[in-house]
Amino acid sequence: MHDKTLTELAAGLAAGEYSSRELTQSLLARIERLDGSLNSFITVTGEQALEAADRADAARGKGEAGPLTGLPLALKDIFCTRGVKTSCGSRMLDTFTAPYDASVVEKLAAAGIVSLGKTNMDEFAMGSSNENSFYGPVKNPWDLAAVPGGSSGGSAAAVAAGLVPAAMGTDTGGSIRQPAAFCGITGLKPTYGRVSRYGMIAYASSLDQAGPMARSAADCAQLLGAIAGHDLRDSTSVARGVPDYAADLDAPLSGLKIGLPREYFGDGLSPEVEGAVREAIKVYESLGATVREVSLPHTHYAIPAYYVIAPAEASSNLSRFDGVRFGHRCEAPADLIDLYKRSRAEGFGEEVKRRILIGTHTLSEGFFDAYYKKAQQVRRLIRQDFLDAFEEVDVLMGPASPTPAFDLGANKDPVSMYLQDIYTIAVNLAGIPGISVPAGFAGGRPVGLQILGTHFAEARLLNVAHQFQQATDWHLRRPALAEESA
Amino acid sequence: MQWETVIGLEVHVQLATRSKIFSGASTAFGAEPNTQACAVDLGLPGVLPVLNEAAVAMAVQFGLGIHAEIPEVSVFDRKNYFYPDLPKGYQTSQMYQPIVGPGEVEITLEDGSTKRIRVHHAHLEEDAGKSLHEDFHGMTGIDLNRAGTPLLEIVSEPDMRSAKEAAAYLKAIHSIVTYLGISDGNMAEGSMRCDVNVSVRPAGQEAFGTRAEIKNVNSFRFVERAIAFEVERQIELIEDGGEVVQETRLYDPEADETRSMRTKEEANDYRYFPCPDLLPVVLDQAYVDHLRDNLPELPAEKRARFEGELGLSAYDAGVLSASRAMAEYFEGVKDVCGDAKLAANWVQGELSGALNREGLAIDDSPVSAVQLGELVARVKDETINGKAAKQVFQALWHHEGDSADAIIEAKGLKQVTDTGAIEAMIDQVIADSPAQVAQYRDAEPDKRGKMIGYFVGQVMKASRGTANPQQVNALLKEKLDALC
Repeated sequence: MHDKTLTELAAGLAAGEYSSRELTQSLLARIERLDGSLNSFITVTGEQALEAADRADAARGKGEAGPLTGLPLALKDIFCTRGVKTSCGSRMLDTFTAPYDASVVEKLAAAGIVSLGKTNMDEFAMGSSNENSFYGPVKNPWDLAAVPGGSSGGSAAAVAAGLVPAAMGTDTGGSIRQPAAFCGITGLKPTYGRVSRYGMIAYASSLDQAGPMARSAADCAQLLGAIAGHDLRDSTSVARGVPDYAADLDAPLSGLKIGLPREYFGDGLSPEVEGAVREAIKVYESLGATVREVSLPHTHYAIPAYYVIAPAEASSNLSRFDGVRFGHRCEAPADLIDLYKRSRAEGFGEEVKRRILIGTHTLSEGFFDAYYKKAQQVRRLIRQDFLDAFEEVDVLMGPASPTPAFDLGANKDPVSMYLQDIYTIAVNLAGIPGISVPAGFAGGRPVGLQILGTHFAEARLLNVAHQFQQATDWHLRRPALAEESA
Repeated sequence: MQWETVIGLEVHVQLATRSKIFSGASTAFGAEPNTQACAVDLGLPGVLPVLNEAAVAMAVQFGLGIHAEIPEVSVFDRKNYFYPDLPKGYQTSQMYQPIVGPGEVEITLEDGSTKRIRVHHAHLEEDAGKSLHEDFHGMTGIDLNRAGTPLLEIVSEPDMRSAKEAAAYLKAIHSIVTYLGISDGNMAEGSMRCDVNVSVRPAGQEAFGTRAEIKNVNSFRFVERAIAFEVERQIELIEDGGEVVQETRLYDPEADETRSMRTKEEANDYRYFPCPDLLPVVLDQAYVDHLRDNLPELPAEKRARFEGELGLSAYDAGVLSASRAMAEYFEGVKDVCGDAKLAANWVQGELSGALNREGLAIDDSPVSAVQLGELVARVKDETINGKAAKQVFQALWHHEGDSADAIIEAKGLKQVTDTGAIEAMIDQVIADSPAQVAQYRDAEPDKRGKMIGYFVGQVMKASRGTANPQQVNALLKEKLDALC
């Protein structure tokens, strides 16, 4: 059951081939067996999962099952889950049990989804390799020497290894798309505002967005339908109807206009990755699409702008972790300042501290205009680049990452790590949706094709991705680790 | 040297919304600690703010009430600093684009003259919680019930020149917000507090002196006293060759002095930036117009109407329009009795006296406006005389009857205007007072006027206060003079 898509599992449940309890038990056993080497889970909630599975089976028995009832999934440990430890990959929240459910968690539960647990991640979603977790790095199922990408590395690895058919991730600068690419799965970052952020621990509020990670675009369509929509508890969620994302999956691509941003095929792009992406473009041409080069002239400002805006927001968002009400508190503080200093010094990891410092600096009196305001101006230009491009083409395509998954420990320098996100970060600044789909291999490690659309064009992206997956089988490849232990 | 004082005020008004500015938790005062703090107020990981529309409406009403510009777009910013009773580590406020633009407030000074104080802007923000330092054995308790309570911070220009003007300005703000019903204005419960910026400069000098900010002054009286102390301190300091340093000071009402809290060098850098969790507030013209059309009459307009239309003196109009409760009570009395001047006299005289004696607010008056109006009507139509009216008022105050008419009836206070009855009483008094009659007769005619008082008193006593005093006077004079 471990290598099936959600769609296939849903059919199996509906046909009575197995119950949700059996499916859940089988995957829990697999997690138990395999996750020791992967470290993709921080918390496995077996007991709650079996209870939820039983409820799903009971609902099915009464004829009340919906399309997602009884299907298993994992949640990035950034989503508050009532009664369950919600750590955000940080020592700061190692002792934190969320007293409420995030909107995404609520919606998935309402759809009858069974959560198996909380996946590992870079601390507070800050990282591109999952090496910044208090709970240790996650390994890439395709090669245990490689990183799974980040920050939703646990979710990506768990799906790739067949521990769960799908998982929820979040994407602030590429944290769904890049690990999806590194692990050979499909990951969708929706339009900013499409999915409620309520209950999702904030990293950079104006960029954070939750999205599905799964084995196929069709599965992502199912999950996006379940989590999308306006939420009165999140003012930035958009009041706009949720279409049936599966409805147009089969629409033909003849006449599709694809733009290749010149800036996404330049220096620093691995030739093997470029080769795989160009092959994928050829597949699209064979499906009737036309291809032209476009330009996103402000692309090279994206990383600097991001590393002003995101840390600025983070420095403020993470101020609530002060040792006073919840989370880590140092032993025997001498006074208030000591309490603050030691609780935060002990509770936060190095990368989180670095970004808090950067953000605090850029917001400081005398620097605000030069950094934060300027970065916001750049952000508007970047957004305009995309809007201009979408006047000419329907979708943009390019690599999700300049290289395939790199080795654990290979990127010690923070700036070289930041450069990993060169193709994904501008998308968050612009607020548009993006999807990464498996498109081949480079040196035995998966390559992701990134497809971008204009705001709220998720249905189109899913259609374009699905058609590729009808024509290719990259998304069906499984790592040896997953196969051997079947 | 002659010194001039320059004062600016930042007034924090707690808005009377039922729920908090960014959450659904109740704002009611006095609950058990932390029982009115939800996940949002606690700043739990993952929570998000949602703006309370009622707070926006109240802020706009205030802006309209001070004839301020209402910008189409306003934006919430985060003010970042660490404090244990500030759950998120930042206060959501408005730094760059406040909801209310420049406006002005008219104040009335003791000599009856008025002055306009410019308001720089007013902005919405959330209150913090409270740190409780007692009863925790060397630790601090945090109560977050107040965290997230909506505040409107009203920032004046440095237009005030004396402690009295500052107090008058604060009273004017109090009056406007209570008129609008956007705050209960309860200073004892902290619904209104202010920070006072004070500096002094040699008379005639244009440049401002260095200012000190006195934080968290919470009564009209303390504002005056804090300023008085601070002005004296600054003048003494300068005259002794010292320099005022820019700093934040605290007023201690018990010691009646201000003390340094922190200097400019120790001040926080609040790192304001737009709150990414909240959208800009966009007010369309129709919304603002709707609020403007439904604005109640405000103190300045009311004062003008009391003076112009009702013919009250400037003083009376000022007193009776000072608070919405007072004005509404007065207008209630006036509407029932139909005589504005009589109503004004009764509200300011008998009623206010009784309220002051018992320390009651006008809202808690045992005598309702309708009851007092009916009483005043009976004075106006001469059913009772003034003395009896005071008796009726006392009876109403002590709930001895439901209405003036019932009490007049029960106590037999109806004024006697029957000439025959009054004459009979006069004859009896004259007959019973031969000595006084003899004195009257022997007195010089121009001294007799004073002596008649004795006889009036006796007749009124005999009538148990019900005789019409003018009639008694006239008839007595006639009869006594006839004896001379």
